[in-house]
Amino acid sequence: MPITRRQFLKICAGTGIAIGASETLLPEIVSALEKAAAGNPPVLWIQGGSCTGCSVSLLNTAHPTIAEVLLKIISLKYHQTVMAASGQKAYDYLWETAAKNYGKYFLAVEGTIETAYGGICCLTGEKGGKEVPFTELTKYLGKGAAAVLALGQCGSFGGIPAAKPNPSGSKGVMDFFKDEGIKTPVINIPGCPPHPDWMVGTIAHALMFGIPELDSNGRPKLFFGTLVHDNCPYRSYYDEKKFAKSFGEEGCRVELGCKGPESFSDCWKRGWNNNVNWCIHNSLCLGCTEPGWPDNFSPFYVKTTG
Amino acid sequence: MTKLSISPITRIEGHLKIDVDIEGGKVVDAKSTGTMFRGFEIIMKGRDPRDASQIVQRICGVCPTAHGTAAVRCLDNAFGLKPPTNGRIIRNLIFGSDYLMSHILHFYHLAALDYVKGPDTEPFIPRYEGDYRLDPKTNKVAVEQYIKALDIRQKCHQMVALFGGRTPHVYGMVVGGATEIPTVDKMVSLQWRLREIKEFIDGTYLPTVYLVAGAYKDLFGVGTGCKNLLSFGVFPLDDDEKTFLLKPGSYTQGKDLPLDKAQIKEYVKYSYYQDKTTGLHPSKGMTEPEFDKKGAYSWIKAPRYRDLPHEGGPMARMWITNPVLSKHANKFLGIDEKKEIRFRDLGDKAFSILGRHAARAEECKLVADAMEKWILQLKPGAPSYVKVDIPKEAEGVGLTEAPRGALGHWISIKDQKVDNYQVVAATIWNASPRDDKGVPGPLEQALIGAPVKDIKNPFNVVRIVRSFDP
Repeated sequence: MPITRRQFLKICAGTGIAIGASETLLPEIVSALEKAAAGNPPVLWIQGGSCTGCSVSLLNTAHPTIAEVLLKIISLKYHQTVMAASGQKAYDYLWETAAKNYGKYFLAVEGTIETAYGGICCLTGEKGGKEVPFTELTKYLGKGAAAVLALGQCGSFGGIPAAKPNPSGSKGVMDFFKDEGIKTPVINIPGCPPHPDWMVGTIAHALMFGIPELDSNGRPKLFFGTLVHDNCPYRSYYDEKKFAKSFGEEGCRVELGCKGPESFSDCWKRGWNNNVNWCIHNSLCLGCTEPGWPDNFSPFYVKTTG
Repeated sequence: MTKLSISPITRIEGHLKIDVDIEGGKVVDAKSTGTMFRGFEIIMKGRDPRDASQIVQRICGVCPTAHGTAAVRCLDNAFGLKPPTNGRIIRNLIFGSDYLMSHILHFYHLAALDYVKGPDTEPFIPRYEGDYRLDPKTNKVAVEQYIKALDIRQKCHQMVALFGGRTPHVYGMVVGGATEIPTVDKMVSLQWRLREIKEFIDGTYLPTVYLVAGAYKDLFGVGTGCKNLLSFGVFPLDDDEKTFLLKPGSYTQGKDLPLDKAQIKEYVKYSYYQDKTTGLHPSKGMTEPEFDKKGAYSWIKAPRYRDLPHEGGPMARMWITNPVLSKHANKFLGIDEKKEIRFRDLGDKAFSILGRHAARAEECKLVADAMEKWILQLKPGAPSYVKVDIPKEAEGVGLTEAPRGALGHWISIKDQKVDNYQVVAATIWNASPRDDKGVPGPLEQALIGAPVKDIKNPFNVVRIVRSFDP
């Protein structure tokens, strides 16, 4: 399994510390990942009320590269945006693969589960000549999955489609499973979109050590265990009460509406897009990893009170 | 007659179903169905208008910067302000970087597998079998480029993030301009990355598009479409927006016409929205779902310009702007390299599957070349942003061009809140269903007449659909 140690160390920058593994243990982590991934566990990736942003974000993974993720770490059996086949050929393959691996595959859910209008506002394909709503697909595939990765704000908590007045009856996976009595374990990887390292890192953890430790919102503590504001490089400005009053000014961004004080993620140390920038350096944090986003975090550009 | 339903159409952004009737080896009728509804326009109501640029970016994770651009232009217009020069240029650079990402992603990762046989492993299998015409050596090179292009597109996103904060879904564009004041280190960082991307576009992407086109020459005659073209104009080159890199205008029933914003209407007879909302200009547009409406077949409305379907996208923009093409085009057409050829020199070949791919690749080079100059026009340390006040009541429109076609946002503000927000996205134009007169949309028209040799492997149907980059 040719993922290199160097590449794996890069995705786990921070991860190793959080799971209590020392530098000396890390070579063993790499070989464990190699072993765990040797069988290339099947992943079915389905999209509901989505914008494809989580998939595009995954494509931005740098270490390992996306080619290595797709060809060497997981076996991506179904993904609408990248797979070669179309139509019935693609869709039958999804159902056949699920049936063949029932109980064993990982299910990644990108986008919300749209429950309005009996689910017909989000159709996924045809089975036996009948249209299959995303609700039905998620039910069947959800029951047969070893674990579900609920991706992004949409998959985790409903995200923007579920914002008031939620015209499509959108829900995140956990809420939907609760309503349907589905017991499959769910890992939320929120963010709009999630950082690629959060997705790749969670997959790596699940393969090597099982499901990572989750917080009360179902998020891996590994990535969502720290408050942005407490760790923000602009924190000293806050303590000195030096606040930016307009974009482009130096200072803490709280007066501009920054939601760092209410947001849990490791963006402050990880950076975005191969660490060329991140939200607060550029402008402010919108709170996109938190349940209740966006409604409980808007207006975005107004200082949060209380 | 055989009925064929292709659902889902994969390798696109979003949910699309295509139904075609095939008779005598040809498509005789086609229906394009958008199978998802989220209701962003409804969600926008009552919100702080400044939030629009963040909320609506989430319509599309492949082209968030397009919706971001349309939204901030719409808000600038409603708030009655003009961003500073740095703000205009930074927006162009963020959006331009995403254009490069989108076009490269489209050719290599969304469209190419209809021409190039991937390795015999998932996600490259299963696949349609049969009509792969590249010789094994060329095919191998193309597969290697698929991998290389993954890295290149990722670097395009680094360029987006330099001033966008991060992507998908950028933070750096706001009403009033851009959030960051340019610094020399960022300009250099952007320029350095752009150079590598430019080399890829000119040395790899463009020649490969023409190489593939050479093996599928008949596809210059397939997927013609309605031959009405629309561009709202994109990349303003001066602060008063007198000139654009890609010009606004239309090519309607064979005539070049200036853009008239009043001539846009949306029809819903065949869409799942209440009939009383049909025929409205988007500034007065309404989004009232009716999921069980008889006769309707799509969640997409049918926008029309001058009451006719119009195609948007790189082919429309290149036809309307008609710039000089790369030397790769001369070589492909067998024309002396010293001679300047323009996009319209392609003639009817432009209105086709391969015409759309060639337009996209040529446009990619055009945008990348222009960006190199824009970086040098930034003034380090000078402001990018003007402070904004939300008007009590106002109306605004923001037009731009998404990589895949004409994009417009319309807002009306009451009591400093969004009273109405309407989006007419690029794919709404291209993949629209029939209008109230029963006239099929641009993609539907492009499908009708297409030859389909093997009904089990309907290559040409999906090639036509993907040539629009829906």
